[in-house]
Amino acid sequence: MQPELAPSNGTDDAGLVRRAQDGDPEAFAELVARYEKSIFRLARNITQNAEDAEDVLQETFLKAYEHLDEFRGDSKFYTWLVRIAVNQALMKLRKRKTDRSVSLDETFDTGEDTLVREIAVWADDPERLYSQDELRQILASAIESLPPIFRAVFALRDIEELSTEETAQILNLSVPAVKSRLLRARLRLREKLTRYFKRKGDDVFAYL
Amino acid sequence: MSLLTCKDFLKELNDYLDDATSPGLRQEIEAHLAECPNCWVICDTTRRTLRIYKGTDLYPLPSEVHQRLMEALRRKMSQSKNGSGQSKNGS
Ligand SMILES: [Zn+2]
Repeated sequence: MQPELAPSNGTDDAGLVRRAQDGDPEAFAELVARYEKSIFRLARNITQNAEDAEDVLQETFLKAYEHLDEFRGDSKFYTWLVRIAVNQALMKLRKRKTDRSVSLDETFDTGEDTLVREIAVWADDPERLYSQDELRQILASAIESLPPIFRAVFALRDIEELSTEETAQILNLSVPAVKSRLLRARLRLREKLTRYFKRKGDDVFAYL
Repeated sequence: MSLLTCKDFLKELNDYLDDATSPGLRQEIEAHLAECPNCWVICDTTRRTLRIYKGTDLYPLPSEVHQRLMEALRRKMSQSKNGSGQSKNGS
């Protein structure tokens, strides 16, 4: 007989994990229901590829299920899950040799490059200048243009809203390294969006 | 008069946007923003960048992707039930 996978509500993660460790498939299904959206989005943001993101999603939950007994509860279950997902996603990137910027080590892009180039006031309601589809395209291509480690930091901190410390732990980076990458990611995205959202005839360039 | 330079401001921008600066530093930052149009624009547009990203789910989970995940899990679960997966009770 196939195990039932109907989610059951109303318990905290730790309780669900304990039940899942005792072999309750519904408890695991509830954990999946809680976090599949976030894990998929994260994988999609890091890999920039729909197929890879689906692979990462499946691998993450299959691995989590397989290694559930090793989860000791010294971190949040979600953080544990994210760590698996990020590792899987980075592995996908490394496999795709076509990505010219798969350098993920500490030395990558930490130089004193110019952080801010274009400074222009945005229109009051710039989202209105574009259709929903165009807007999504603009936002997606701005993220895609970032180096992978910046995408990962931005996705973890600003999209999935993990703390700086959790992000550092997950990516094996120091807290200052996360902070400097996040600043660069935010400023680069800001600059990409400025091209589309600036008020007409208001160009200022500055080097800080 | 503000003591922060534009470079100083940029270093504090993240914490400022994340509401993680001390009240004293916050005051200095706001004093700088009041007198430096460039930093004001950077601050404003970065804040709006974050708001737009947080307000748009770029990659909602497609229902067929969800279905395939559940399928894969079902297979995995029945496998470990039949003992071909790793055993919880130790063998
Ligand atoms: Zn300034």
